[in-house]
Amino acid sequence: MDKKSDLRLTSTFDRKIVLQALVDSVKKLNPKTLVRNPVMFVVEVVAFISTYVVIREIVTGHESLFNIQITFWLWITVLFANFAEAIAEGRGKAQAEALRKARSETMARRIDDGKETRVNALDLRKGDIVVCEAGDVIPVDGIVIEGIASVDESAITGESAPVIRESGEERSAVTGGTKVLSDRIVIRITAEPGSTFMDKIIGLVEGAKRQKTPNEIALTILLSALTIVFLLAVATFPPFMIYSGKASGTSVHEFITLPILASLLVCLIPTTIGGLLSAIGISGMDRLIRKNVIATSGRAAEAAGDVDVLLLDKTGTITLGNRMASDFIAAPRISVERLADAAQLSSIADETPEGRSIVVLAKEKYGLRAKEVRDVGATFIPFSAQTKMSGVEIPATDGIGPRSIRKGSGEAIKKYVADLGKTFPQSVQKNLEEIARQGSTPLVVVENGDVLGIVQLKDIVKGGIKERFAQLRKMGIKTVMITGDNALTAAAIAAEAGVDDFIAEAKPEDKLGRIRGEQANGHLVGMIGDGTNDAPALAQADVGIAMNSGTQAAREAGNMVDLDSNPTKLIEVVETGKKLLMTRGALTTFSIANDVSKYFAIIPAMTGTLYAFGKPFGPLAALNIMRLGSPESAILSAVIFNAIIIILLVPLALKGVKYRPVGASAVLRRNLWIYGAGGLIAPFIGIKLIDILINALKIV
Amino acid sequence: MLIATFGFFGMHDIVQIGVFLLALTLLTPPLGAFMAKALNGERNFLTPVFGGLERRFYRICRIDPGQEMDWKSYLLAVVAFSLVGLVALWLFQVTQAYLPLNPQHLPNVSWDLAFNTAVSFMTNTNWQSYAGETTLSYFVQMAGLTVHNFVSAAAGMAVLLALIRGITRKSTEGLGNFWADLVRMTLYVLLPLSIILTLILVGQGTVQTLSGYAHVTTLEGQKQVIAVGPAASQIAIKQIGTNGGGFFNANSTHPFENPTPLTNFFEVLAIILIASASVYTYGKMAGAPRQGWVIWGVMLAVFCIMLGVSLYSEYNFHPPYVSTPSMEGKETRLGVTNSILWEVTTTVTSNGSVNSMHDSLSPLSGMVALVDMMYGEVIFGGIGSGLASMLLFVLLTVFIAGLMVGRTPEYLGKKIEAYEVKMSVIGVLAPGAAILIFTAVASVTKVGLSALNNGGPHGLSEILYAFTSCAANNGSAFAGLGTNTVFYNITQGIDMLIGRFVPIVAYLAVAGSLAKKKSVPPSAGTFPTDSMLFGFLLIGVIIIVAALTFFPVLALGPIAEHFLMLAGKTF
Repeated sequence: MDKKSDLRLTSTFDRKIVLQALVDSVKKLNPKTLVRNPVMFVVEVVAFISTYVVIREIVTGHESLFNIQITFWLWITVLFANFAEAIAEGRGKAQAEALRKARSETMARRIDDGKETRVNALDLRKGDIVVCEAGDVIPVDGIVIEGIASVDESAITGESAPVIRESGEERSAVTGGTKVLSDRIVIRITAEPGSTFMDKIIGLVEGAKRQKTPNEIALTILLSALTIVFLLAVATFPPFMIYSGKASGTSVHEFITLPILASLLVCLIPTTIGGLLSAIGISGMDRLIRKNVIATSGRAAEAAGDVDVLLLDKTGTITLGNRMASDFIAAPRISVERLADAAQLSSIADETPEGRSIVVLAKEKYGLRAKEVRDVGATFIPFSAQTKMSGVEIPATDGIGPRSIRKGSGEAIKKYVADLGKTFPQSVQKNLEEIARQGSTPLVVVENGDVLGIVQLKDIVKGGIKERFAQLRKMGIKTVMITGDNALTAAAIAAEAGVDDFIAEAKPEDKLGRIRGEQANGHLVGMIGDGTNDAPALAQADVGIAMNSGTQAAREAGNMVDLDSNPTKLIEVVETGKKLLMTRGALTTFSIANDVSKYFAIIPAMTGTLYAFGKPFGPLAALNIMRLGSPESAILSAVIFNAIIIILLVPLALKGVKYRPVGASAVLRRNLWIYGAGGLIAPFIGIKLIDILINALKIV
Repeated sequence: MLIATFGFFGMHDIVQIGVFLLALTLLTPPLGAFMAKALNGERNFLTPVFGGLERRFYRICRIDPGQEMDWKSYLLAVVAFSLVGLVALWLFQVTQAYLPLNPQHLPNVSWDLAFNTAVSFMTNTNWQSYAGETTLSYFVQMAGLTVHNFVSAAAGMAVLLALIRGITRKSTEGLGNFWADLVRMTLYVLLPLSIILTLILVGQGTVQTLSGYAHVTTLEGQKQVIAVGPAASQIAIKQIGTNGGGFFNANSTHPFENPTPLTNFFEVLAIILIASASVYTYGKMAGAPRQGWVIWGVMLAVFCIMLGVSLYSEYNFHPPYVSTPSMEGKETRLGVTNSILWEVTTTVTSNGSVNSMHDSLSPLSGMVALVDMMYGEVIFGGIGSGLASMLLFVLLTVFIAGLMVGRTPEYLGKKIEAYEVKMSVIGVLAPGAAILIFTAVASVTKVGLSALNNGGPHGLSEILYAFTSCAANNGSAFAGLGTNTVFYNITQGIDMLIGRFVPIVAYLAVAGSLAKKKSVPPSAGTFPTDSMLFGFLLIGVIIIVAALTFFPVLALGPIAEHFLMLAGKTF
């Protein structure tokens, strides 16, 4: 695959992306774009002011190396924040570029009144009919209205195994940018140019249409309010200094210069979280993309962290797609071997997984070698909707009479037996009920009208799923299994898999009803679905993940699409949403906790000479608990620390804070220690080290 | 004995503080439970006494107590009520010479002082730029100030009730009825408690008379005028309603206001009692007593920390030429421990009455008083407003904690979103902003500095204290600052209005928004807000917000003074 574009493969720190990000971080200095980030905008404004001061000093010949360095680091602070955002966007941009390129080169064969014309894919409109043959790229999203073809969807899924697309209900949706590998299909276009699925993906991975999510808005408000308060604290400081200067007979004007006040302000306002906030948001989407899930909005990604009820289809999610034979239960006076043999014979031509599992079980348990249908000259009777049975007819050989074997559900076989004028044994009936109670499906095997016994078909619960649900419970998420099985069966599987609740004999409208009910009680509901009948429920759910293999209707109804079509993905999506919020919270705490040490660096530097009464330092020099070398080096160290902490935390912002499903209190305690206590202590060490370095280099 | 009383911190000091804390703890649940009942209009043991009066009041004023108000109507009622009270009180003062009950023939009050005083009492601040006995007639004191002492406290409680209803109700607009809340608080809580306290005070010898000042001849044959008046009743409500405006200028250091150790004990307990009980009321109304107790625990913990720092500082006070601990500015009848207990109690609540001169406190002790007010009177705080502001801090803490556990933050099942965050930060930070701006202006302008009696860092502390006390609606004074000037009367008046009404708008807006929301049932992923961990986080947020906002100015004020004192220099 030359144009293989698995969304997972691109590395974050690819050289090309880093270079692009460096260029972008300069471009992002444009105040018009920066104003959307109030904290960093303030930094840019004071950097401008500081620059003005420095230029004026140079022009008048009073240049100060200290002011120049301060100004330099103020700009670096803004650039680092821009770089964080740019690098987060970079991956998506590279990805989008490749996708867009593929799309613009696509030509389509449009059919107008039976005539075929070649047009550019971009000129197609909704309702147009196009034809695609082996080797063609499907130009735009549409529905197959004629034919069947295998399609390579790796461009959007990264999955190289081709999928079948055919006219009809279930597998008719095709996506622009995917490639037909065999056969020929006729497609009706269902999307206008610019609003196709591929366009959406491009927009999303690029982050172009990224809107702030609700929690991000709330946090921005909090950060802006803190910025305003610190602006006031810094703006009111010169009057207090002037007062104190007068009171102590000390000159304070060299300590309340614009560059120093700018330094104090920039150190206090929450630049760490302010600079990394949008990078965290973008990388949240990005992490979903790496899991091959496309969220149609950041809001959906964030809401995923809040989901507390998950609706899961039993089949494929909780259990393996198919039931497996697990036991043979013979009728009275019939040997188990005879039952197993008959069951195996009736299934040898049955290519369904259930049929094959019967053959395998008989072989494993009783050593019955699977025979070929041709060897015994038998005729296979396939399953039909009318009889609800399948079986085999074996002609008489070697003194053994003709055998007519059937297997089917209890009801169907009862009717079959009754039609042949024979009786259905009481004990078998009892066994039937017992097996249903255990959550399994019984198949009754009958030979020439005599009931031989039952094959127990069991739902196989996926390995590790029980642990997964236990984790979810710790995360505070309730799981609800949805199944078409009867209540007995459903209860047994629910118990085995460890789900909290189930809906048995569920109809599509039951899902919708359940979602509405949970929502009315204040829960946020997540579900995953694929069929058209899931569309209303997907639309109603707070987080609806449509499987990419699903119908067009389902994909449009959900707010996420899972390109792998893997139902357990929902759990990972929830974790990603939680990580997104946690990273923001942790870095906010860190950022605010940092301020304490910065005060202890800058305030004594500014006020140390007050009330000195002839001595070199006054009483407030005692606040210099870090014993920083000089007022200048103290201020510069704080500013440098403030800038480089942004760049040091970029990997954390992109990767996200580690999430462990251990309950809210434990998570909080852990994060408080790391980011709260750590945020208090780390800058004391960092600033001290930088100060030592600055004094060793004698640069101020 | 003298040394034992004044010299060091001993067993009897611990016992005094212990008895105070024990009495507070024991009285909180019964009073809190009673308030939850009475304030929501349920029948209680006082209904036979006041029920008829209450109903008659509603009938006369044509109020339907069951009529629910949405947050805007509620706010409108609060503001309209306060404004009418403000204008009336201002008019009483500027015309007091023509009004009855003025036996001393005191002249009309100047317009700016009248404005300052009217705002002060309407906002439950009780900052006193005037000296009570030489400025205001009995009529103004009784019909003006005493009425406001009741209703400003009741209005504070009313907005708290609205906020609690906003948090606890689901999918509704209604936050209760302001008029009913106001009447019930006054009738069932403030009035009975004031009567009880008045009786205790009168029994102990506090002055209560309507006759003119006493003219006496002293033993030396000197003529002396002794100011008296209806003090006991006003003192009762000044303490009960976290008002703090004394009848006499010397406030609770005055022997006529606070004659015995027993009155001192009851007065200091009265300061904090309702604020403490209202936290229990909250837990009760929320149907989750633990939620209330955790907040109460946080308040008590910070209270004890502040008390400890202040006591430590006083008992280790080393001014160069005074004995340790310093008795300067303290009433010898009461001693250091009682003075400091009162100091911390009156500043954490928005009471502001004093039984010692805060201006003479050791620098760190003075800083404790400042910091108590700087975090917005949330440690017990003013009646209603204290817990209400605390709940805004709770919401902000929940927001940060919620993000850290990876879930849209929720408090008692209500999602905390952008609007609540916005309103909470406005409510929490607006008073601080006002303090910084006004103090900065005063510290570099002639009009601001000319009122100053002390220099150095202490002078800055005095200006800072004045504006902090007003913005926090506390009303205690550091003194040393002659604030009866047009500049201070007006700026402090505005400061008090910001400190009162910006948070009230925030409480009610938050209440209105939360009331509309659905309630999310808690799960293992929900962060529990009734745990110790949450309590610690809440303390951290409160202290960090105050510290970060005020550290620079505190460094130049009390902190500088403290270090200078250690170096042997005082101001």
